[in-house]
Amino acid sequence: MSKTIIPFGPQHPVLPEPIHLSLTLEDEIVVEALPALGYVHRGLEKLCEIRDINQMIQVVERVCGICSKIHAQCFCLGLEKMMNVEPPPRAEYLRVVWSELHRIHSHLLWLGLFADSFGFEALFYQLWKIRERVMDINEATAGNRVIISVNVLGGVRRDLSAEQVRWITSQLNMVEQELKDLQSTILDDYTIRSRTVGKGILTREKAYELGAVGPTLRGSGVAQDCRQLGSSALKHLEFQPVVEQDGDSFARNKVRFLETLQSISLVRQALKGLPKGEIKTKFKGSPEGEAVSRVEQPRGELFYYFKANGTKNLERLRIRTPTFANIPPLAAMLPGIELADVPVIVLSIDPCISCTER
Amino acid sequence: MFKITPMTATVIKNLFTRKSTRPYPHVVREPFELARGELYIDINDCIFCSICERKCPSQCISVDKKKGLWTCDPFACVYCGICMGVCPTRCLHHKKTWRPVATEREMISMQGTPPKAKKKSSAGKEPEGM
Repeated sequence: MSKTIIPFGPQHPVLPEPIHLSLTLEDEIVVEALPALGYVHRGLEKLCEIRDINQMIQVVERVCGICSKIHAQCFCLGLEKMMNVEPPPRAEYLRVVWSELHRIHSHLLWLGLFADSFGFEALFYQLWKIRERVMDINEATAGNRVIISVNVLGGVRRDLSAEQVRWITSQLNMVEQELKDLQSTILDDYTIRSRTVGKGILTREKAYELGAVGPTLRGSGVAQDCRQLGSSALKHLEFQPVVEQDGDSFARNKVRFLETLQSISLVRQALKGLPKGEIKTKFKGSPEGEAVSRVEQPRGELFYYFKANGTKNLERLRIRTPTFANIPPLAAMLPGIELADVPVIVLSIDPCISCTER
Repeated sequence: MFKITPMTATVIKNLFTRKSTRPYPHVVREPFELARGELYIDINDCIFCSICERKCPSQCISVDKKKGLWTCDPFACVYCGICMGVCPTRCLHHKKTWRPVATEREMISMQGTPPKAKKKSSAGKEPEGM
């Protein structure tokens, strides 16, 4: 049978961001998928040469619009390690609170988009309605909805009052209740199962071999989560990585849904154990040497490399985002599936392209 | 065969509950107390030390000490609040509400009284770590 090459993207109704896939088809079946990137490169890494380390926190927050807080945290963790600055315990707990809130709203955003990708509009609206509560928590506590700018080298810039802690807890209880009402829909509904179960399978061996990260890896049965490294206050909190064995789109969907509930539990634990004290450590000097830092983003492992020369500007900053690691597994998932399922499977890795291209 | 999905109950419930959206801009939500809205300056308290200009990550502020002019490009401002934190006289603030939608790009320019030459050294120390 003759082969047809169909371009998928960079502009496609299901894609929030531009990625191009060259799909080689035999009849309706994909035999090869070649990804191409480069539509939204902004050169943010290069900016470290003209912006000082404190200004770079606001720059790296703009690498990703959805998990901005976690980018800034990863940047601060690396430089704090290089300069031997220890943030106060309260700041570490507050960092966990805001980063888990970011994970909740990122997963809810993705679950909504995923429902939208196979036409389940009612679920899409319902999930985004729930997400608004989390966005309100961000705005009420940090000042902004998404790019919340709370991190600073040596700690955080904003504190939570006892009243705010009570309000966040009550809001999260509502988010949890509303999500549990949707649990049977997300995990058992036949419209979702018929479009996702058995589609885009990534085996455990293949996921590990191709270096998948985050829910894409955990959906294939590998229990790896960077939060297990215990950065910030996570070493004091109880959690186990959410793992599913099937490796299909449905497993990745389930991992993200269960992780949302897990993050609510982590925020609750962090707020309960919030120690009293300062929120920022004062320090002097500029970084010198090399360092790396790793944290778990909603999409997987985020990796930063720093090279500093004792001035206020970094010599080199390298950012490896989770979607960059998840593109080879995506190219391995697509062969053998029908063209109609491609959008759903592309979305199942939660692609964040502007993050990848920086 | 027709099958009732678990979502049906939620959809029916939504039909009889309050709307989740509001007809913006006719109805606007009460802003949060700590929200970072439009940036403004109490120009009479400003000593034109230029710390906000140097610390701003998006470089949207420019300060002219000789003319006593403080200018901010609201389209470049990222509402991070760094300038507010580093200002030695605490004369920069965020309003709770956002700047209204504009069709023309205008700068926020505030004319103050430039400091006398002798007072140059009393511009204040630069706070650290912000």
